[in-house]
Amino acid sequence: MADTYKETTATASPGSNWQLAKYGLIGILFFVVLLAALGWVTAQLEAGTKSERAVDYATNTITLALSSEPPQLDSTRATDMVSGMLLGHVMEGLLRYGPDNDLIAGMAESWDVGQMGGTFKIRQDAFWSNGTQVTAHDFVFAWRTAVNPETASQYAFILFPIKNAQSINNGEMPLTDLGAKAVDDFTLEVELERPTPYFLKLLAFPTYFPINEEFYNSTDGRYGADAEDLLYNGPFEITRWVHDASIRLDKNETYWNEEQTKLDALDFAYIISDANATLNLFATEKIVYAGLNSENLERALKNRWRIKQHVDGSVFFLEINHLPERITSNYNLRKALQLVHDPAELVYKVMKLPGNLPGESLFPVWLKGVNGNFRDEYPGPKYVPNEEKAREHLALALEELGVEELPPLMLLAGDNPVSNKQSEYYQSVYKEKLGIDVKIDKQIFKQRLAKMTSGDFDLVAAGWGPDYDDVLTFGDLFASWNLNNRGHYVNEELDRHVAIAQSSSDPVERMEAMDRVQQILHDDVAILIQYERGSVYVSDDRVQGVTRRSVGTDPDYTRAYIVQGP
Amino acid sequence: MTKYILWRLVQGVVTVWFIATATFFVMHNIPGDPLADDKAVSEEIRENLERKMGLDKPVLQQYVIYMGNMLRGDFGLSFQHENRRVNEIIRQHFPVSAILGILAIVIAGLGGVMWGALTALYRNRWPDIVIILLVILGISVPSFVFATVGQLALVTINKIAGIEVLPVAGWGTIAHMLVPALVLGLGTMAFLTRLMRTSMLEIVSADFIRTARAKGVPMAQIFSKHQLRNAVLPVVTVLGPSIAGITTGGFVVENVFGIPGLGRYFVLAVQQNDYGVIMGTTVFYGAFLVLMVILVDILYAVIDPRVRLE
Repeated sequence: MADTYKETTATASPGSNWQLAKYGLIGILFFVVLLAALGWVTAQLEAGTKSERAVDYATNTITLALSSEPPQLDSTRATDMVSGMLLGHVMEGLLRYGPDNDLIAGMAESWDVGQMGGTFKIRQDAFWSNGTQVTAHDFVFAWRTAVNPETASQYAFILFPIKNAQSINNGEMPLTDLGAKAVDDFTLEVELERPTPYFLKLLAFPTYFPINEEFYNSTDGRYGADAEDLLYNGPFEITRWVHDASIRLDKNETYWNEEQTKLDALDFAYIISDANATLNLFATEKIVYAGLNSENLERALKNRWRIKQHVDGSVFFLEINHLPERITSNYNLRKALQLVHDPAELVYKVMKLPGNLPGESLFPVWLKGVNGNFRDEYPGPKYVPNEEKAREHLALALEELGVEELPPLMLLAGDNPVSNKQSEYYQSVYKEKLGIDVKIDKQIFKQRLAKMTSGDFDLVAAGWGPDYDDVLTFGDLFASWNLNNRGHYVNEELDRHVAIAQSSSDPVERMEAMDRVQQILHDDVAILIQYERGSVYVSDDRVQGVTRRSVGTDPDYTRAYIVQGP
Repeated sequence: MTKYILWRLVQGVVTVWFIATATFFVMHNIPGDPLADDKAVSEEIRENLERKMGLDKPVLQQYVIYMGNMLRGDFGLSFQHENRRVNEIIRQHFPVSAILGILAIVIAGLGGVMWGALTALYRNRWPDIVIILLVILGISVPSFVFATVGQLALVTINKIAGIEVLPVAGWGTIAHMLVPALVLGLGTMAFLTRLMRTSMLEIVSADFIRTARAKGVPMAQIFSKHQLRNAVLPVVTVLGPSIAGITTGGFVVENVFGIPGLGRYFVLAVQQNDYGVIMGTTVFYGAFLVLMVILVDILYAVIDPRVRLE
């Protein structure tokens, strides 16, 4: 065999070089022809993104990336943040959030709202992108569609303050019984089920957006699936939607307030979920905005980019299972867990991402109260770690449960690096300080939801984002009737206070009721608040006038404009 | 020949039916609820959703309905991307994956044969050692690392050049494809290099090579006519599965480079329990793989006259 090897090496003689070069040449030629062919095919498919510069002065366009493809843009059924953000740019409800996060006139030019209902005057200069007028009928149709049980909208509940909405959604009443009527083309009359002091704040939410009935029916069940399957009445319109690749928004010339729109186009030229890839696009000046996470934060710092922060509005907490067959239904055990609960340690030592705030209350710091911020007016109880007292409560719990040692607690959590870090933190804290074993049950999204719904957990890491700008968007979460109360927490006193906040028209009474709710949740250890989520990001300073919000369209580019760079 | 191909096609249909059936029942048994989402919904709404998606019937009946629709070429609705049909998703996104995949497989094939032949020619000399080291790297490093590093390299190159040499991400022109295709093909290229090298060395010691040498055939001719042609056979064999693997396995690359391919749907659908897309993409890819394997078998007979299709 040794001989053969020698022979092999001998084949690399000058004589074979010409032959090899010929093969190489054929290979290269083939490759070039192939490239040309593939390029041509791709151009024919029009499946691509046309990526321009981040800020294009000539066309007055900015380029951005989306983190995910919107499942569809049917406002009656949209649930995710990306869809909400896009809809907020291309559609408009009766009211919208203004640059200072206050409610301003949208499709409604004036309104008169009382305890049990109100009248809205639709502006006569409001048009759909196909030129037809926006009328009161469009609102009635959209709202009926959203509560129609056939639509099966997850957000139907947000329309429940309207008279009969819930009964219709349960299939007990016909659609025509909905308490929203078009008196004439430009007058919308709304009847409420019960006094709803925060009703106006709901009107800026996508589920309340209008839909043109004739157009909806013409899409043959595809409403919202593609750019041409939608009509727009907002500041922008979608002119090109290549699924999973790009969405282009051009200024809507038929928008009633079009002089307010300064940009000619918002080009979401990329749909990329990978945070590093997004930052690479930002680094090469392809996009004007990139979110940061704990991994790529350092790179942004190294590049000396200005890091910006924003409170995104969501609150995260450990939900506790209160079903009687669970050991966590024992008050003393929950109290013991609370007495070793230290959100500041979690946020500053474990998560270590700027922007997050240690959680104290279910009600985040930015929520409005009577005059100022709710938490300034009603600070609520604080977590004061006390290991000694925690162990006393644990001893009591063991006695009450009649066991020598606790069985391991099941902590249901997501399966991603961020969740894992947190889960392991709780595992070590409970073991070290209380000697309680924790079993981490890592599950991906849908599996976790299924387990949450069936109550297969002791603790579960959960979160809640606000839908509308009122304390109640968080306040009713742990009411006994709320389906999102997955730990089945039941407290009659809390329910009573939620009911007050739902229907009282006295702001002080409402806020006091919510203060009681945060107190009860703390005293009874219904949940353990972890943190208020913040986001850190980098953005191009040549784009100004962008509004960040904790509730509503975020980020909001409807009034954004380009300034000359440094 | 025709009879053989027909027979293989019949076998293929049975295989695809089996894939569809297995996927259908396994899918219905994976934990998680396809209809659950962030916000909890009432019983009534849930029932409506189930009716709409056809989940209210017994699983066996669902199976019969699904198979019936599939025979008519209808893969049904996506659960996640409501209002979009699975057929439409495949039609829009598979061409993108296919274009990227073709380029990747060509890069992998040409590169693999070339590097493999080179290593065999220079056995145990430095080109061989360097290439084999790279091959080990190519096989063992996962594609997401290559994707990230490749993209970072593009950022650096563009920055140094001061102009955009190649775009960092996106899709639409040849420039967008080169680096993703290279990243996608690297693993296969490394694998093919090793395969090529082994088979080249094996053939060098074969009797007919010795005979040719004894007859005084010039080295160049031996190399190109006998060695290369014979050595390339095993490479062709694995090309079929590789093509299917590459055109379907682009999830990571598509994600990092923002390419609107089908790979993303294929993977995300499983996480989202999107029954419609899981079934549609799996059956589609299954059929594609089966077809590729049949094609390669036919190609094999063309290249190697010793192989006869019966």
